[in-house]
Amino acid sequence: MKKLKIDPNKNSHIYWNPYFGGFLLGILILFTFYMTGRGLGASGAMKSSVVTIVNTVTHSHAEQNEYYSKFIKDNESPMNNWLVFETLGVLIGAFISGGLSGRIGWRVQHSPKITRKRRLIFALGGGILFGLGAQIARGCTSGAALSGMAVLSTGGFITMLAIFGTAFLVAYFFRKNWI
Amino acid sequence: MGPLIPNGVIPYEWSNIIAIIIGIAFGFVLEASGFSSSRKLAGVFYGYDFAVLKVFFTAALVSLIGILYMDYLGYLDMGSLYVHPTYLWGAIIGGAIMGVGFVAGGFCPGTSLCAVAIGKVDAIIYVIGIMIGVFIFSELYFLFQPIYEGSFEGNITLMDTFGVNRYWFVFVFTIAAIIIFALSDQIKKRVKKIFY
Repeated sequence: MKKLKIDPNKNSHIYWNPYFGGFLLGILILFTFYMTGRGLGASGAMKSSVVTIVNTVTHSHAEQNEYYSKFIKDNESPMNNWLVFETLGVLIGAFISGGLSGRIGWRVQHSPKITRKRRLIFALGGGILFGLGAQIARGCTSGAALSGMAVLSTGGFITMLAIFGTAFLVAYFFRKNWI
Repeated sequence: MGPLIPNGVIPYEWSNIIAIIIGIAFGFVLEASGFSSSRKLAGVFYGYDFAVLKVFFTAALVSLIGILYMDYLGYLDMGSLYVHPTYLWGAIIGGAIMGVGFVAGGFCPGTSLCAVAIGKVDAIIYVIGIMIGVFIFSELYFLFQPIYEGSFEGNITLMDTFGVNRYWFVFVFTIAAIIIFALSDQIKKRVKKIFY
């Protein structure tokens, strides 16, 4: 396990200026709409993975379930999907960026006030909630909120407000994990 | 005229290759902006780091203004773009659940993938969590179906909902974002610094 040097009085990593990153991300969303007519996404690939796993383990169950069956086609794997390829790209791109800046290494990142175990439990719980919410809202921060806002979708704006509004409201109860 | 793939300007067979290229750029920009760090992301909720707010709204505005310009100049037909559908209660309830998940886990799906790529173990656990969440939703679909399919309003935009002019809306939204960015810098100065 690689040990990352962390100075407690200074941020250990230098990142891009947020306006620069935001500008490039905006150009990328514009390019994506220009190419494909749709926006970006992230949770879709995880949904495809779950459908594929369930379909492989128990095909009859997946076919009977009203939700899985929406995404199962006869001659095609659910992994043959635009968002799955895009997500593979995300992993490659983030790996390149992290590699160029020396940020790659096995590590559990958490506040010094909490234990590793507590961080991992909250990460698992947070993931479960986000996965559930993203299905109910038909998209996550990328697919529903960000890409929705780019075309002024009412649902995109509502999802964005609901995510950030709720997060600010409940932030107090999770403060020990972060500050 | 765009969009290029649906209009057949670029053959459909290129779609998956373009997906990987777009994904690489997406992952690179997110990671380089610091979104592979849950402690940086969570900063927006406690006022010690506003990178999420700045990146997110800058990106939304640049893409919005860009689409309006390209539509105006005739490069892109705005009417043929996919508009995320509005299921009113699904968006509110789903968004609220995601909000709690965001503060608890410190990631959203896209950012967690970036953190997985650089070896963050907490992000790997988070992604497993997302998949469990999807699994729970699918298995209990009969419970969630009324919210999932209910209150459908169509693929509507803010123009349909409020009848505002899109150019004026984007103009006001831009001014509001600049004011919010300036305010966030003031808040950050008054909040105890957190280093990570």
